Amino acid sequence: MSTQDKVIAIIAEQAVLEPSDVTLDSTLEDLGIDSLGLVESIFAIEEEFDITIPFNANEPEQSDFDISTVAAIIAGIDKLVAEKNS
Amino acid sequence: MKRVVITGAGTINALGHTVAKTMESMREGRCGIGDLDFRDVDRLAIKIGGQVRDFEAEGRFNRQQMVLYDRFTQFTLVAAGEAIRQSGLEFTGELAAKSGVVLGTAGGGVSTWDDNYRSVYEDGKNRVHPFVVPKLMNNAAASHVSMEYNLKGPSFTVSTACASSNHAMAQAFQMVRSGMSPAMVTGGSESMLCFGGVKAWEGLRVMSKDACRPFSANRNGMVQGEGAGVFVFEEYEHAKARGAEILCEIVGYAMSSDAADIVMPSKQGAARAISGALKDAQINAQDVGYINAHGTGTAANDKTECAAVADVFGPHADNLMISSTKSMHGHLIGGTGAVELLACIMALRDGVVAPTIGYEEPDPECALDVVPNEAREATIDVALSNAFAFGGLNAVLALKRV
Repeated sequence: MSTQDKVIAIIAEQAVLEPSDVTLDSTLEDLGIDSLGLVESIFAIEEEFDITIPFNANEPEQSDFDISTVAAIIAGIDKLVAEKNS
Repeated sequence: MKRVVITGAGTINALGHTVAKTMESMREGRCGIGDLDFRDVDRLAIKIGGQVRDFEAEGRFNRQQMVLYDRFTQFTLVAAGEAIRQSGLEFTGELAAKSGVVLGTAGGGVSTWDDNYRSVYEDGKNRVHPFVVPKLMNNAAASHVSMEYNLKGPSFTVSTACASSNHAMAQAFQMVRSGMSPAMVTGGSESMLCFGGVKAWEGLRVMSKDACRPFSANRNGMVQGEGAGVFVFEEYEHAKARGAEILCEIVGYAMSSDAADIVMPSKQGAARAISGALKDAQINAQDVGYINAHGTGTAANDKTECAAVADVFGPHADNLMISSTKSMHGHLIGGTGAVELLACIMALRDGVVAPTIGYEEPDPECALDVVPNEAREATIDVALSNAFAFGGLNAVLALKRV
């Protein structure tokens, strides 16, 4: 599975949707994922990719991790995975 | 002051997953204690307990609920569902605004602590699930009940070790009696039967390796149980007006502190709570027909409790019945008073007094009618439920047949 497929699977499970309903330009809000769902998704992503995502729920905008869309999340993960492997 | 009645009861424990099943087991004198079944049980010295069997949480709760519900919360929701369904109450409007939930637990989400400590200490993981805190907190069960049933009034959790449920129910009783709330959901829950939970208890050297035999001369300690008991306490006129089935009336309570020792019980502290409950309920000692004992099966508790009962009741102590159902369901710690209240309801409503099973040898220091091994039919007008906790915190409830 590609990073994209894995992330979409995690987010779809969290949103109780089919993976086909999750698109790259979906926002978490579009998908109905609330703040608890967001931290759970981040946890699931950290577990899946063995990375640590710099995200503080108190100041999501200040976090060095863009969660504005599914595509942004995937890009952020790719960057963290690359840093880990370098 | 308002009169307070019980209009709903629910439970899950080692004797059954419902009130009917639990009472049937109590009548039959069945033992719910058996071999413990969980990870690393082979590393324990104590391998028995009153475990809840055949409970599949997965079918009852959805995935989102499962990640938030520790086993003690799951038990609570099962018991609360049964109690509220029986009461027939629907919490809306003014009733919802004033009705709340007060529950007891000693340890809260013990298995959540256990699983996650194992994960970070033993497995060396550096990350835990984000809901560990809301899952393990002692008030999680009360909060989920309030959310599930729209209970918006005073709601909180009481934690006084083995007296948690009785303190919680005493508090709920007080709220309804004073007119503050028309109805309260109350009781308690515990789920400590996991490796860390039992290992901690082992350390105290008060646990039996083979059976819980309260009041028996050869008793050798307590046996842990798990589960929940939840009740609907309702103002009498409110219940009567809607034609609700009334299980029994709660007529009084008392709480006391030994202010003496962190683990050893005190006869005076226990006696003050028992006599205080009689005084609060304005009932004569001679009217009490049954006492559901704290009866843990430890050397210290049982003789102290019997001495306290003898002190309070004088010659009448020989006429009343006192039994410990912990011999069947084990000691549910913070949930124990709630499950044991069912034995009081059964005595008052059905005229059946639950036995103390596993009773083998009379102990001159426990020379009361402990209803050995077989249930007994009797007309009981007033019953008491005792709880005497570690830390010397005592709470006794007085109930009456309606």
